[in-house]
Amino acid sequence: MSTSSSSSAPAFDPMAEVDAGELHVLAVDDCVVERLFLERMLKDSEYKVTTAENGVRALEYLGLLGGAEEGNQKKTDVKIHLIITDYCMPGMTGYELMKKIKEISYLKEIPVVIMSSENIPTRIEKCLEEGAEEFMLKPIQKSDVKRLRCHVKSLNDPSLGRLCLGR
Amino acid sequence: MDVRLLQRQWVDHISALFFREGFLDAQFTQLQQLQDASTPDFVVEVVTLYFEDADRLLNNLWNTLSQPVVDFKKVDAQVHQLKGSSASIGAQRVKNTCVCFINCCEEGDLEACFGCLHRLKLEFTQWKSKLEALFRIEQQIVAAGGSLPMI
Repeated sequence: MSTSSSSSAPAFDPMAEVDAGELHVLAVDDCVVERLFLERMLKDSEYKVTTAENGVRALEYLGLLGGAEEGNQKKTDVKIHLIITDYCMPGMTGYELMKKIKEISYLKEIPVVIMSSENIPTRIEKCLEEGAEEFMLKPIQKSDVKRLRCHVKSLNDPSLGRLCLGR
Repeated sequence: MDVRLLQRQWVDHISALFFREGFLDAQFTQLQQLQDASTPDFVVEVVTLYFEDADRLLNNLWNTLSQPVVDFKKVDAQVHQLKGSSASIGAQRVKNTCVCFINCCEEGDLEACFGCLHRLKLEFTQWKSKLEALFRIEQQIVAAGGSLPMI
């Protein structure tokens, strides 16, 4: 069995082996209270957390400054295993944020979960069709946060199929 | 003061907040469960932030409703924000008043909107002072070497 010499890997590698301890989640929410609550819940479930107050900040963190065209971005050493975002945010909604992420080849594999306090079937359908792993109803519970882990695992082992049914 | 007496007072305060007066719901328990030895002030921190944010939102609501031409969509968005943060910490009564407020926005009923805003301010004053009393008892229990009862 020969080992192939790999070409230089992109600085950001969403398919990199997941360390059992430290999944890095990017949590996006415009409400400061909800952001604090979510961050604490994620840390309590042993995720590493970075928060962003809106879609633009989230994209900046992901290295996408000034537009989402490929070739213009600054590739980053940031490693994010999952993005969880509020739907309703001023400027760019969570749905729009997800669409932008899905347009980028080296980011589109990152699982995205969308949260909302409103149970609107057309909204849920739209998000799932566009590629959201799950649509969570707020307020988020500890069990919801624990369940996020399976979206990352199923990414790394596609043969297992979808393990989570959501709520 | 006797720790057991303090703990009984604490249970009484919590029961009032949750059950008798319905200020809080089960989501507040989620918040309490996130507090541990590594984050001993988490609940107070979140609640303080919440009240500061709510103050700001209530002032914004007053301003928006006081405009010569009221932008009900803007009012709606602002109430939604308050509803969201209230729901996340288990502030049940405030959340329910927000739902009512949102309905009034949808109907474009300015007088009813002002009524809801007034009710919100009243509720905030009431449960803020109750929470502060609860936190004071918690501090006394901890200072006396006791621990908070499990609820």
